[in-house]
Amino acid sequence: MIAYLPHTDEDIEAMLDVIGVDGIDQLFADIPRELILKEPLQIPAGLPEYEVYRRMQSLAERNRVQNISFLGCGSYDHIIPAVVSHILSRSEFYTSYTPYQAEMSQGFLQAIFEFQTMICELTGLEVANASLYDGHTAASEAAVLALNSVRRGSDTILYSSTLHPFTRQVLRTHFSNLPVHLEEIPSRDGTTDLKDLAAKLRPGVAGVILQSPNYLGYVEDLSGLAQELHDNGSLLILSANPLSLGVLKPAGEWGADIAIGDTQALGLPSYFGGPSVGYITATEKLLRKMPGRIAGQSLDQEGKRAFLLTLQAREQHIKRERATSNICSNQALAALATAVYLATLGKQGIREVAEQNTQKAHYLYHRLVKETAAEPLFDRPFFNEFPIVLPKKAAEVLPRMGERGFYAGVDLNRLDPSTPEGTLAIAVTERRTREQMDRYVEALKEVLQ
Amino acid sequence: MSGKNNPLIFELSKQGRRGYRLPDLDVPHRELTSLVKSHLLREQEPRLPEVSEVEVIRHYTSLSRRNYGVDLGFYPLGSCTMKYNPKINEQVAGFESFVRLHPLQPEESAQGILTLMHELLVGLCEVTGMSWGTLQPFAGAQGEFTGMKLFKAYFEKRGERGRNKVLVPDSAHGTNPASAHLAGFEVVEIRSDSRGLISLDSVKDHLDESLAGIMLTNPNTLGLFEEDILEISEAVHSSGGLLYYDGANLNAIVGKVRPGDMGFNVVHLNLHKTFSTPHGGGGPGSGPVLVSDTLLPFLPVPDVVKRADGYHLENNRPDTIGRLSGFYGNVAVMVKAYAYLLTMGSDGLARVGELAVLNANYLKERLKRSFNLPYDRTCKHEFVLSAQQLKERFGVTALDVAKRLLDFGIHPPTVYFPLIVPEALMIEPTETENIEVLDRFVEVMETILQEAKENPEALRQAPSRTPVGRIDEVLAARKPVVRWHPENGESSETGAQP
Repeated sequence: MIAYLPHTDEDIEAMLDVIGVDGIDQLFADIPRELILKEPLQIPAGLPEYEVYRRMQSLAERNRVQNISFLGCGSYDHIIPAVVSHILSRSEFYTSYTPYQAEMSQGFLQAIFEFQTMICELTGLEVANASLYDGHTAASEAAVLALNSVRRGSDTILYSSTLHPFTRQVLRTHFSNLPVHLEEIPSRDGTTDLKDLAAKLRPGVAGVILQSPNYLGYVEDLSGLAQELHDNGSLLILSANPLSLGVLKPAGEWGADIAIGDTQALGLPSYFGGPSVGYITATEKLLRKMPGRIAGQSLDQEGKRAFLLTLQAREQHIKRERATSNICSNQALAALATAVYLATLGKQGIREVAEQNTQKAHYLYHRLVKETAAEPLFDRPFFNEFPIVLPKKAAEVLPRMGERGFYAGVDLNRLDPSTPEGTLAIAVTERRTREQMDRYVEALKEVLQ
Repeated sequence: MSGKNNPLIFELSKQGRRGYRLPDLDVPHRELTSLVKSHLLREQEPRLPEVSEVEVIRHYTSLSRRNYGVDLGFYPLGSCTMKYNPKINEQVAGFESFVRLHPLQPEESAQGILTLMHELLVGLCEVTGMSWGTLQPFAGAQGEFTGMKLFKAYFEKRGERGRNKVLVPDSAHGTNPASAHLAGFEVVEIRSDSRGLISLDSVKDHLDESLAGIMLTNPNTLGLFEEDILEISEAVHSSGGLLYYDGANLNAIVGKVRPGDMGFNVVHLNLHKTFSTPHGGGGPGSGPVLVSDTLLPFLPVPDVVKRADGYHLENNRPDTIGRLSGFYGNVAVMVKAYAYLLTMGSDGLARVGELAVLNANYLKERLKRSFNLPYDRTCKHEFVLSAQQLKERFGVTALDVAKRLLDFGIHPPTVYFPLIVPEALMIEPTETENIEVLDRFVEVMETILQEAKENPEALRQAPSRTPVGRIDEVLAARKPVVRWHPENGESSETGAQP
């Protein structure tokens, strides 16, 4: 018996009668005989719900999430207000499909329209889409947007070596086998080498992708850069942790053309990396080249405000191989989480969280640098994440910090071999308390002795 | 309803209201400008709403009531497999020890999730008859892109760079040609024959050194099994090409027939279709990709591997196509799909395919008495009606039928797809609907037919019982408004700006 299958034997008989066949097997008679499985699949037989629960519980118990976490590098341990999961569990939302039938989907469409507005406000740009997969794939989509939007024949994307190493890898995967040149701009003292960038600018450069705070945690200073790029006919693409934009200068204020990133920090648990949400916003003139779904506002027959998926002529189901992207399903429900989070925190709250992250990260940073043998990698402004260099290998230090109840940070050398050995990225969110940080400092002192 | 009755969250905003109280800052406060230089700080505050928690809850609860999901009723959206989303899946996916896992925490502290991912892949390989795969793709379209990259890597390794053509049927999902093009292939559309199928004839002109392969959905988007699949498979392989299986329609044959046995080299699945995970209003989905032996070396990294000391994420794959996304995909979706796999097991999955096909054929037989069925054959999980005759006789289109269904509280079928059927209505009931629901749908469709004859104008005005009436798409595309503008203030409540 399977609880999700409602058919009684009589139902099946009655249905077969209407169809005019003797058995269900006859409905598979169009399939070549040799393809029909003779034996059941080699997977265990089905289980009752409670046994599934216990199996899943025992798997979950083999994960360790009790440690105090200072892990970041693209996924962060933030406070999530109770309202977020409450709204997400409304099954009118989570059991719906993409809102193709707008009149029956006004709720989700309006929520996405509000999400787009909030992300535009945070990044300081004019238009947004309904979401992309994550912040890393958003970089590829932004690069395509740039290539499609600047003067014909432009075939080069420059990107900084201070992009998250995974973003750089995803970009290389995306554009391998394509007639697009990807060139990496080196870094100098922890941020993008802007002189090298200027030297690489030439006709044919469609866009330049930078990240701030960059993967080391440092804030990039982009003063004057947008103008320089625009003079060359190139677009500036800026990736940012959107929470940092509660205090830091957003893409729009830097004069950037496209903003991208990942909204995991805004209302989504780390969940081993997914789901999160890739966001993309841009200047108004890039709207018709944007990838993916876009919620728009219009009027119904009676002149009432109504929402729908708009500008669909860009998309794969209409344009097929000439679409601006192949994306179809995105991360809608996770985008809803971010919208609810931003609505709940609100204008003052988002600034306060961002400020608390900055204050707490600097508290820990100053204690570590003053009181332990760890050294800062560089002396640079940062938001809620910073790299320190340990006098020992990270592979030695991390397990011993683990024994003391801490996920002490991310071993950056493992993420990107060009980072010096012993470099630890330490992320501090509003969720960490002073007491936890003080214990962390004491633990690290012990371990480094 | 006017805009005033359904305000945007921004229109509820009142200066000074707060929806959340954070813990007090417990470290000494320092001037922000002493930590980060002022020219790096934001100048203009983001205009986010200022609302209390009560307003947040009422606002989004009210929005949810203006939305429709499977839990409310029938959702026969073709090619989307809108089956019931079991609640146990949601419950177990909410375990704290899954939810709070950090993607970069030590592998030995994440053995539960790595075990689950490995076991899920083992199960999916058995279901599809493939050798190994990746769970990284976030959705079907990214799975397709991955598959096309695998094709590229395979031919590059063999020094066959000239193989740049991918055959895609005219009935294929739009993502197929878009994904193949994105990966750098030239897309060649091939035509379905009078049966609605791809025959050996339609591929035989393309069997040369420029052929990379073919993308097929089987059963196809007409809901028909590609009967000539073994001949096509042999022909493509013997000319050096590869076969890609779009798993959007796997629900029809799950537990009965396997793509691997048909000769496919790459398969993508949609866990949010066949494996019952909710679609979430457009995602997160999950599009695992599974491959045959020949393509194993090219799979993306990291790979989930099992060794004597436990499970690991392996990055050392010299011929890999690389990394597809930041971390490992939509892990929460994998947890739900795994719970479903445990619940259904081998016996349950076979029953899924059987009953999905039974439901579709029952509905087809009953509806073809009153509606035109262009390809009248035994279908699999779905079938496609045409409203072409309705259009010619009464001026009532597939869109009108769809919009009128909304008034009866039923989600309409997929309309105007596949492109090879004019005025298409693509209907997929899934196995989780009972006979009463199907009978009710037939009754409603017959009522609509009657209305088309008696009062076609009313159908063209439908829907009338939904929160809003038919929406002006042309206005939305001509003067796009994709965000709220504070400066428009009150006037934006009455609609789009002129």
